[in-house]
Amino acid sequence: MTLSFIPGGSVSEYLHRYERNELLRFLTCGSVDDGKSTLIGRLLHDTGRLYDDHLKAIEAESKVHGTQGGALDLALVVDGLKAEREQGITIDVAYRYFATAHRSFIIADCPGHEQYTRNMATGASHCQLAITLIDARSGVTTQTRRHAFIASLLGICHVVAAVNKMDLVGWGEGRFREIESEFLDYCVKVGIAGPIAVPVSALTGENVVTRGTNAAWYSGAPILELLEKVRVEHASPVAPFRMPVQYVIRPSLDFRGFAGTIASGTVKAGDRVRIMPSGRETRVRRIARSTEDGGDLSLARAPQSVVITFEDEVDCSRGDIVSCFGGSTETLVAQKFECDLVWMDETPLTAGKTYLLKCGTRTTPARVTRVRHCVNVDTLEAQQTDSLALNDIGRIEIETEQPIAFDPYRRIHGTGSVILIDRMTNATSAAGMIRTGDASDAHARRAHWETAAAPTLRAPVGQSLVSTAAREARWKQKPLAILLYGSSGSGKTTRAFELERGLFEKGHAVVVLDGQMLRAGLSRDLAFTEEERSENLRRASETARILLDQGFVVILSMVAPQAQARWRASDLIGSERFMMIDCSDVNSPDTAALLRMVTAKIG
Amino acid sequence: MKAFWPAKPPFPLLHIDTTWKFREMIAFRDAAVAKLGVDLCVHINQEGVRQGISPLTHGSKVHTDVMKTQALRQALEAGKHDAAIGGARRDEEKSRAKERIFSFRDRNHRWDPKNQRPELWNLYNTRLNEGESIRVFPLSNWTELDVWLYIHRHNLPVVPLYFAKPRPIVERDGMLIMRDDDRFVLKPGEKVVERKVRFRTLGCYPLSGAVESDADTLEKVIEEMLLAHTSERQGRLIDHDQSGSMEEKKREGYF
Repeated sequence: MTLSFIPGGSVSEYLHRYERNELLRFLTCGSVDDGKSTLIGRLLHDTGRLYDDHLKAIEAESKVHGTQGGALDLALVVDGLKAEREQGITIDVAYRYFATAHRSFIIADCPGHEQYTRNMATGASHCQLAITLIDARSGVTTQTRRHAFIASLLGICHVVAAVNKMDLVGWGEGRFREIESEFLDYCVKVGIAGPIAVPVSALTGENVVTRGTNAAWYSGAPILELLEKVRVEHASPVAPFRMPVQYVIRPSLDFRGFAGTIASGTVKAGDRVRIMPSGRETRVRRIARSTEDGGDLSLARAPQSVVITFEDEVDCSRGDIVSCFGGSTETLVAQKFECDLVWMDETPLTAGKTYLLKCGTRTTPARVTRVRHCVNVDTLEAQQTDSLALNDIGRIEIETEQPIAFDPYRRIHGTGSVILIDRMTNATSAAGMIRTGDASDAHARRAHWETAAAPTLRAPVGQSLVSTAAREARWKQKPLAILLYGSSGSGKTTRAFELERGLFEKGHAVVVLDGQMLRAGLSRDLAFTEEERSENLRRASETARILLDQGFVVILSMVAPQAQARWRASDLIGSERFMMIDCSDVNSPDTAALLRMVTAKIG
Repeated sequence: MKAFWPAKPPFPLLHIDTTWKFREMIAFRDAAVAKLGVDLCVHINQEGVRQGISPLTHGSKVHTDVMKTQALRQALEAGKHDAAIGGARRDEEKSRAKERIFSFRDRNHRWDPKNQRPELWNLYNTRLNEGESIRVFPLSNWTELDVWLYIHRHNLPVVPLYFAKPRPIVERDGMLIMRDDDRFVLKPGEKVVERKVRFRTLGCYPLSGAVESDADTLEKVIEEMLLAHTSERQGRLIDHDQSGSMEEKKREGYF
């Protein structure tokens, strides 16, 4: 439904409704000629957002540059720059605006060419949802995967695949399902929580704004309905308060205000805060505003821009972060960081070079001490390298000249995102997402898991008053962990759940820890590099160890490709109560055989 | 004013006066400056004045280039300003839709749309070499409706030309031009007629087309906009010099 104004209606009432409309920022991306611009043109056209003079200009241009044989070419609505109109491609991010009765929207139209991947990242950094265009004739391509991967890297949870040009494949359900399943599989791999695929034709408009008759087999919603209904994550009221200080306002000796945009959380007069990275403590006295504008605020929240004053004359200046007070809710402070990067400069990144790093409102020299890897977006494999080229996505270690305050990007985007600026050319060379501070520590943690001596076999069960023997007597079983490992499609998960049912029916207390399940929650911060797979297995093993100590039988279903890490798991859990089965091996035991083996061992 | 309160904005305000602006707009500007107590510099391209550049005799292209684009460059260079903040919005015009919020200009004030700095999150790269500058558009993501909503909510004063009133109008090339002073010489067959009009956008008066309207209050203006079928810049002659003309102007340094 469009947000239309009925002649004779009340203007104030309309404005009031418009003002309360929730804002959704989304981006559109896809390969060249997938039809992004047409899709946006369609959304604007069908929601009544195109003015007569714009339409007239487009009609005239359709005859010269149009691809629809002189008929109205909706792509020309968005292809703003001359070069694009002539080449028929989109070369930069273009922003468009429209509103319906439910929401207001900002569209970032992102280019498809690989050389403009940086623009896609730019668009994604401002958005809550991504629509990726897939040409039904060519299916999921490297670009589709690249875009889904960038979206996940930048923390976008909602990714919608618009499988376009369905009219050119006769609206075949089979073709759509094939693309859908390939797309959803990839999204799950990169950790996108709720991917959706929609069959559309931007050209005819079917399933863009309204349903059509050609895809009766599709029971989902058209694109616009999805955009109106998707849940937008709002700044949570319990999110920790962060305000990078942008400017100090000091008109007289009696007033010293700190201006900035709240990056996260809320602030009230009287709140205890810390100035980071110095760690000085004070309280907020006022959230100052002129009487003309309604006087001081009692509360402000992200993303408001405010001026706050403090109770004490604390040292605070541009670049500092005002953080809420209290243990683990405060910002972290570090000098060494592990960062995911999207490289955006023609000149490649090389280890050892010093850039300017901007985080929040602070700009500081920082030296890239190590390039850890570059990710192959097709296979998600981490490839060893010591440099990153234009459009590469990789992970680095970087060291700032002085300690700075930050948060991991996954936790707070506003204080966990950085850009790197080339000191010679002033180019914005990279977009970065901080993973952890003090990279050497993170490294040490993993090194410990892979190389340290095996831990004691059976750690004491905390302060529990129930003995292990009592538990074994109760459950009538000896605890055991079974690791079913192998590549996806090897049947490990199926066997895990069949085995669980078999054991449960025999009266055993049994739990399944499935790799995918862990990645949805406990390990949602992990990707698929060798190190992260290893870390995922470590977490699974630690969890299994706790459960074993409670007397349970635990079935682990994991890809676990590295033998070294599997042996570590065995050491951690204790080899005498651990068994592993390679499900990729055609000779591995089937469920019935497994059930016999396990029953014999725990009985 | 609001952002820096209780201090004043820590930079001067600049108006590029082409000498062809509406008189009511200049009066509004001067009243606002007096009321707010801010520091305003007005710059006029004196070279253009000496040459007698006028939109009527030289056409909109030459006039805009000399009196706006060149004048802005002169003023920025004279003040050694490294940043100029403007109110342009992305929803106004197609090439503006690609504009960055911090838009980089080289030593010649040129915009290179193909080679813009990526702008991520709200981390703006403001690094410049000598002579380079940045145009900043903080209202980039506002729409025309957002602007009117803000004016409505905060009851802000606006130039009276936005409200309908009987005004002396000449019809030329299909546009309704207000004859704001005697410099606007009538062509044979043209005559000044009193018509009730208002403006959706204010440029140089001979280049700004009025619309016939009865909207003489803020609510009526908003109502009219909500029911409109043409965009606000439709009345701006300079956008229609040639296809893609805003992009050309911007490349040359137009705001």
